[in-house]
Amino acid sequence: MLRYANPKRFMDLSGKALPWLGAGAAILLGIGLYMGFTAPPDYQQGDTVKIMFVHVPAAWVAMMAYGLMALSAAIGLIYRHPLADVAAKAAAPLGAMFTALALITGSLWGKPMWGAWWVWDGRLTSFLILLLIYLGYIALWNAIEDETRAAKATAILALVGAVNLPIIEFSVRWWTTLHQGESILRPGGPSISAVFLWPLFAMALGYTLLFFTLWIVRIRTEILERRARSLMLGLS
Amino acid sequence: MSGLFAMDQYAAFVWGAYGVSAFGIAVIIVSCWVGYARAKARLAVLEKAAP
Repeated sequence: MLRYANPKRFMDLSGKALPWLGAGAAILLGIGLYMGFTAPPDYQQGDTVKIMFVHVPAAWVAMMAYGLMALSAAIGLIYRHPLADVAAKAAAPLGAMFTALALITGSLWGKPMWGAWWVWDGRLTSFLILLLIYLGYIALWNAIEDETRAAKATAILALVGAVNLPIIEFSVRWWTTLHQGESILRPGGPSISAVFLWPLFAMALGYTLLFFTLWIVRIRTEILERRARSLMLGLS
Repeated sequence: MSGLFAMDQYAAFVWGAYGVSAFGIAVIIVSCWVGYARAKARLAVLEKAAP
């Protein structure tokens, strides 16, 4: 696995994969949007159920991005692999953006359904903490000039912050909450109708491919910037 | 068609959520591509200048 992760090989492979990933994301998002907008209103939530097709995929990608960031950080810390540090750094702004989108779209869904833009319950609060961890991680990378020290410090922060992921996941079981419980990955199968489930799957997969497309672009950017910095040092 | 835009009585919330999502995703896509193009151009200049 790590053999394929040297920067030169990564640039070659990712250059070939990028157009396919981008096209896959665009097609799936198009299909998901079409299916979502032609889905009937929910018998309880009416047309606000359509917010689910942008809220749930954003929340899913926000958590997946953190998981990948923490995993990359751990690989960087254990194996001292430079591409792992780059991958972790590149995932953070994307994860922060998807977390913010999940929070805002959740708020826009919460107001008509719960009568409140925000409640301090387990799921919402732990998700807000996820955003703060992302922002702290980005700030820490920018605060330390030496790349090796920055990678080490941010990796520790990312690993400590990973404790929040199971808290987000199980918050709806552990605490009384306005947020609905698990309705897809639950024992006994999904509890939502297939007319909502298929567009949701298409959108979630589209968001996932979009994340991977942008993650690769950001990793490539960081590799080029590091090459440029080392060339600058050579020239000066 | 007008029903689609009206979204029952929840148009502001539904279209607001889609609008915010589209805007956020557009911003991150553009910033990623602009950053990549800048890094590529900068490296090309430095590689030319390098002996």
